Amino acid sequence: MANLQSDFVGIKSPNPFWLASAPPTDKEYNVRRAFEAGWGGVVWKTLGSEGPPVVNVNGPRYGAIYGADRRLLGLNNIELITDRDLYTNLEEIKRVKADYPDRAMIVSIMVPCEEEAWKAILPLVEDTGADGIELNFGCPHGMSERGMGAAVGQVPEYIEMVTRWCKQYYSKPVIVKLTPNITDIRKPAAAAKAGGADAVSLINTINSITSVNLDTMSPEPSIDGKGSHGGYCGPAVKPIAMSMVSEIARNPETHGLPISGIGGVTTWRDAAEFITLGCGNVQVCTAAMTYGFKIVQEMISGLSEWMDEKGHASIEDFRGAAVPNVTDWQYLNLNYVAKAKINQDLCISCGRCFAACEDTSHQAISMSEGRVFEVIDDECVACNLCVNVCPVEDCITMEAMAPGAVDPRTGKVVEPDYANWTTHPNNPTATAAE
Amino acid sequence: MTQSPFSPGVAAGRLDDASYAENFSDLHPALDAHEALVAADRCYFCHDAPCITACPTDIDIPLFIRQIATGTPDAAAKTILSQNIMGGMCARVCPTETLCEEACVREAAEGKPVLIGQLQRFATDHLQAQGVHPFSRAAVTGKTVAVVGAGPAGLSCAHRLAMLGHEVTVYDARPKPGGLNEYGIAAYKTPEGFAQAEVDWLLKIGGITIAHDRALGTDVTLATLQAEHDAVFLGLGLGGVNALEVEGGDRDGVLDAVDFIADLRQAGDLAALPVGRDVVVIGGGMTAVDAAVQAKLLGALNVTLAYRRGRDRMNASVFEQDLAASKGVRIMTHVVPVAVHGNGSVREIEFEYVNPDMSSTGELVRVPADQVLRAIGQTLEGADLPALERGKIAVTGAGRTSVDGVWAGGDCATGGDDLTVTAVAEGRDAAMDIHASLMG
Repeated sequence: MANLQSDFVGIKSPNPFWLASAPPTDKEYNVRRAFEAGWGGVVWKTLGSEGPPVVNVNGPRYGAIYGADRRLLGLNNIELITDRDLYTNLEEIKRVKADYPDRAMIVSIMVPCEEEAWKAILPLVEDTGADGIELNFGCPHGMSERGMGAAVGQVPEYIEMVTRWCKQYYSKPVIVKLTPNITDIRKPAAAAKAGGADAVSLINTINSITSVNLDTMSPEPSIDGKGSHGGYCGPAVKPIAMSMVSEIARNPETHGLPISGIGGVTTWRDAAEFITLGCGNVQVCTAAMTYGFKIVQEMISGLSEWMDEKGHASIEDFRGAAVPNVTDWQYLNLNYVAKAKINQDLCISCGRCFAACEDTSHQAISMSEGRVFEVIDDECVACNLCVNVCPVEDCITMEAMAPGAVDPRTGKVVEPDYANWTTHPNNPTATAAE
Repeated sequence: MTQSPFSPGVAAGRLDDASYAENFSDLHPALDAHEALVAADRCYFCHDAPCITACPTDIDIPLFIRQIATGTPDAAAKTILSQNIMGGMCARVCPTETLCEEACVREAAEGKPVLIGQLQRFATDHLQAQGVHPFSRAAVTGKTVAVVGAGPAGLSCAHRLAMLGHEVTVYDARPKPGGLNEYGIAAYKTPEGFAQAEVDWLLKIGGITIAHDRALGTDVTLATLQAEHDAVFLGLGLGGVNALEVEGGDRDGVLDAVDFIADLRQAGDLAALPVGRDVVVIGGGMTAVDAAVQAKLLGALNVTLAYRRGRDRMNASVFEQDLAASKGVRIMTHVVPVAVHGNGSVREIEFEYVNPDMSSTGELVRVPADQVLRAIGQTLEGADLPALERGKIAVTGAGRTSVDGVWAGGDCATGGDDLTVTAVAEGRDAAMDIHASLMG
């Protein structure tokens, strides 16, 4: 049986599934339920400075987009950091951590970009016995207008500065949570590392308007006829998050910096994918908000079963395994030739592959009597669109052509050797192969 | 309730009021908005979709389902009704399991097709409930067309002609329009007066006059119609029924299934409708099933559907056979009636078992029967009709008959499967051909 035990920058948890700092982790009641359900750790919803608590809107906070059967694919929110009293939160954190010593308890913090503010709150957090802190440099709405959250995360110098303060005034691990609302994620990650961060976590939510009410002309969620961009999350953002994670994992400057993966993790499989891209653990929010805390049971059993099947004894056995395979386009093997292949036994003759290829691609699928759909190898560029639109899993596959075979589309022999764009004759800046 | 299912003979009021109401309620209750969205989400929007090919009226099914899924059921209804003006009735009575839903790729994938029929009903009901008619007439052409028969073929033809700007007079032998929709289909498939409501809605196009109680051959002649109109469409259906030519076949209690169904459809009070304790229906088509199931639902204790061949040869679809079985109808196969016994009224019907090739076995069986319903085929009635072929009006192309200026479609004409939906398609196509001919 695979060991799901997680050791993330020295913070131990029975599994790598943490709840992200978000509405589900705002108070003791929810967090206790989460731990009872089996979550390995919790990042407590972001605390602000002592004083009057922040206020939230009193209208709707969430907007959503849906797939078929109203499956929630993306959620955005305009909720701010905790709107409860700082000391109430601190007392609850201390109590819960004492009762669940084996679980990871991280405290998310967002205070003004002033040393005094951080100096004031960090000892209070230290006193709770929590295992570490996460710096909220990502919240894209509301707090960013006040110079916090994403407003900090978009300025690498601020990240470095605040991280340094935290390392100075706090003894335990410091995780820096990054905003994706930035052009190059490698810069803030490098800044966090330079400031002494023990890890980064990403992504925070993405600026978004999920829908517009066509009757009232207000963005949703609508507060008295007006809307503000929210932070987008859920399954829809996973590809963006994984790309950003991989950038940090493979960038020489930040390679090896521990990463807590966040962004659309919904199933064990999503979690495993983030881990292969270098993450030491994952944080989850939208999936829990959609289905409740019980989903962690599937995540635990699924990851465990897959690890057993693959012979991975621990998370470390496969962590980062996909990182070496993430490369730049220019290094992709242009001598690799594939063709789509339709399994006629599995085909249900819907013709979606045909419509997609005929209308929008390369006219490489034929439709014949009796609704038989076949790939025309002479035209197929292996774009994969047919695979993507086919409703039947594994019905259409991409089959690599063996070296030595002739590609009927180009008339050229498939070369056995690797060759990429950097040496391609069509590349005006090509250098001779070594 | 003075009688019960056990009361002998033919009796009314075998059930209590609640049972009648429940038995004759909607066979497939309408989808609500949420159910419709869930069902619509399952459509794959196939290319050149096989469901369209399978639909005799070529409704663009993936398009209308996508329109439902995106919150525009009225646009979906227009997609449906532009191809099939009786899309509401067809949604209720079409044997979808042998048409669009059989062809649905999800039937191949999972054995569970998209609920095309019920989605079609959702869309058409949504539009029709608002009382709006989405089509308008083209400029008046000054041409007039006579349509014989206010059933699905005739009304479909009349609507399309009216839409194209022609004036249409529909002649019908019955006091109400609708044809088999009104008189010949099981009540639980079209409850709550839907048939009449659909006709009323259809006529909102304008330009259509219905002349009731005007039967072709007795009240009007084809020659007169031709003289008075620029074109004639015959959609008179099959008015006659095949006789049961066996000893005792004329005993009291031996009825035509179509009359039994028509009486039921027109009954104001189902409790007043007499039905036998032991009912035997002879035949294997939709009419036989409709009659058998309704006899059971009226409170008959034992209902037997007797068919001369195996179940695989029955015209009634597997769904209809299963429906009959689920209601408690016993299906006897490989039997042909040889005699109806009784003393004045029928008491028993005697069958001979026959081999699959219809050869005699010599084995006889008697089945108790207070009522025998004949559903052994209908025939075309009428004199001075265009040339016939195998008992129906011979047509070529879009319903052209042997007589210039006379078209025909629906059950009275050759071709098609004698379904409501094929009648609608034939009426529509004939209208287009008539239009081309008149305006040519």
